[in-house]
Amino acid sequence: MEEKSVGIVVPQDFTFGLTEEDKLLLDCGRRLGPVNIRFETYGRLDETKSNAILILHALSGDAHVAGYHDEQKTKIGWWDSMVGPGKGFDTDKYFIVCSNVIGGCSGSTGPRSFNPDSKNFSQIYNMDFPVITIADMVRAQYRLMKHLGIKKWLSLSGGSMGGMQALEWAVSYPEAVASVIPIATTSCLSPQSIAFNWVGRQAIMGDSNWNNGNYDLEKVPETGLAIARMLGHITYLSDKSMDKKFGRELQESESYSFDFKHNFKVESYLKHQGEKFVERFDANSYLYISRAMDYFDLSERFGGDLAVALSQVHSPFLIISFSSDWLFPPCESVKIVEALRNNSIDVTYCDIKSIYGHDAFLLEVDVLQRLISDFLRCRYDEVRKK
Amino acid sequence: MTQKIRENLAKRPDILVIAEIIPPNSRILDLGCGDGSLLALLRKEKNVYGSGIEISQEKILDCVSTGVPVVHGDLNRGLLELPDKSFDYVVLSQTLQAVDRPDQLLVEMMRVGKKVIVSIINIGYYSARFQIMFQGKMPVTETLPLYWYNTPNIHLGTICDFRNLCKDKNLNIVSEIPIGEMHEKLLASFWPNLFAPTCVFVIE
Repeated sequence: MEEKSVGIVVPQDFTFGLTEEDKLLLDCGRRLGPVNIRFETYGRLDETKSNAILILHALSGDAHVAGYHDEQKTKIGWWDSMVGPGKGFDTDKYFIVCSNVIGGCSGSTGPRSFNPDSKNFSQIYNMDFPVITIADMVRAQYRLMKHLGIKKWLSLSGGSMGGMQALEWAVSYPEAVASVIPIATTSCLSPQSIAFNWVGRQAIMGDSNWNNGNYDLEKVPETGLAIARMLGHITYLSDKSMDKKFGRELQESESYSFDFKHNFKVESYLKHQGEKFVERFDANSYLYISRAMDYFDLSERFGGDLAVALSQVHSPFLIISFSSDWLFPPCESVKIVEALRNNSIDVTYCDIKSIYGHDAFLLEVDVLQRLISDFLRCRYDEVRKK
Repeated sequence: MTQKIRENLAKRPDILVIAEIIPPNSRILDLGCGDGSLLALLRKEKNVYGSGIEISQEKILDCVSTGVPVVHGDLNRGLLELPDKSFDYVVLSQTLQAVDRPDQLLVEMMRVGKKVIVSIINIGYYSARFQIMFQGKMPVTETLPLYWYNTPNIHLGTICDFRNLCKDKNLNIVSEIPIGEMHEKLLASFWPNLFAPTCVFVIE
C-alpha cells in the first residue's frame, strides 16, 4: 500500500522589515531587517480560520515538513510520516504551516544572508548577524501568522528545539494559541546540553576553514561542522538503540583493520551523517541556532518560576517525552507538567516507552499519531463549538 | 455520551458512587484514573476541572481519545510537586491495595486534596473469608480475580483495617458507603465488613 502524501509542495516566501519601524526587534537589542521567512503550507484553511496548526522544526530541520519538491521525490519532508492525509497532523482536516527559523540556512534570513548595512547588500552577514533567541524566532513566526491572516493557531507542535518554540509561543502570545504539543523538549536548556553545544561550536570555530565565519562556499569548515553533527547525533541516540542498530559490527571488513580509519559500523554511520550534514547545512547557522538554544530559559524573565511564566497561558497542553531520551529527559517534561497543573491548565503528559533516545520523536510514529490525532480532534471540536 | 460512560461503569458501582459525591465545579485529581471514565463523566455532567494520573501508556491513549487530561506517572513515587490542598477532591478507586505504601500515599493524598475519596476492596467480604476458612487458600473473587503469586494487589485489607489506618493517621472519615452486591445491599449496610465487597470512604 502506498503511503498517502501531500505530494509536491512549493515553498513560499514572506518578507518584512523593509522599513526601520517594521524591522524585528531582537532580545539582544538590535533590529533585524529585511527579514525573509521561508515557509510551506499543506491542506486548506477553513472559513473561520480555526484549523491552522504551526509545526516548528528542530535545530537541523527546515520548513519542508511533508511531501516533496519534485516528481523525483528527492527530498521528502522531515516529518512526512506525521503530516499528510489521514496522518497524525491530518492535512484533510487541518491547515498546516511550517516555517524555517530565522538564523537558519534554508531560505529564512540568517548569517549567510546579505547584510543590508553593507554597501549595496554586497556582503554576507556571517558573524555580523545578531545573536538570536528562541523568542526572536517566535516573534518572526508571529509576523508570518499575521501575514497569513490567522488569529489563533489551533495548535503548535514541535520536537526538541521545535518544542521550545511551541512553549515560547504559549508564553509570548497566549491569546494566539488554542493548544500546544511540545515533544521531547525542555523549558530550559540543561548545562549538559549547553556543554554539548559548546563542544560542537568549538569544533566549527577551531576549523581553519572557518576563518572567523568569513568562509567561501568552496572552502567551508566541513570538518568542524561534521564533528559538531556527529557529536550531536550521539546525543540523539541511546546506548540501547546504538547497540541494536550497530552492535560491535564491523563495516567493510571481516576483522580489525589495525588503523584509525572507520572500522566499526557505528563509526561509518557517524561519518556518513557528518558528511551528509555538511552538504545541506551551514556552519554559521549551526553556531547561531545552537546559541539560541543555550539561551532558552522560559522562566528567566519571570524570576525563575516556571509556574509564573505559564500563568497567562489558558490553552490545553499535550506534552510528550520518551523514556530513553537522555538529552531532553522525561523529568524536564514533568517540570512543565507540574507548572501547568499549578495554573489549572488542562495538561496531558505521556512518556512514551521507547529505546530510540531523543530521535524517538521522529520514529515512534504509531503512538504519536494516536495521541496527536485524538488530542487535535478534541481541540478542534471545542474550538468549533465556541 | 454520558449514558454510554455510565453503562460502561455498571461493573464499577464504586466509581458511580464517587461521581455522585463530588459536587459540581470542583477541582478533582483521579489517581490511577484508568481510561478516564470517571473524569469524562464529571467533566460532562458537573463541569469539574479534573485531571488524572495513570501509569499505563495504553490507558493514557484511551484518556486522550475521550479528551480527558491525564499525566503519566507512578503513584509509588508520590504525587510529584503538586502543591498542598491544590485539589478539592483527590480520588483513588480500588488502587490503594496495589501501591507500595498505602499509608504514605493516603497521607500524600491528604496533603494535596482538601478531601479524599477512597474506594477499597474489602478482603473481609464473606466469600473471601470462606475461602481462607474452609478451603485454606488465598481468596480469588470477582474483584480479585488473580492468584496470590501474580496479583498486583499486595496490600489487601478489610474495612476495619482501613478505619484503623485512618485513626492512626488522625484522618477523619466523614462518610462510609459500603457497596453490596444486588441481593446483599441491606446486609452490606448493616454489616459492611462481612457483606460489602467494596466500600467508599470520604476523608477529611
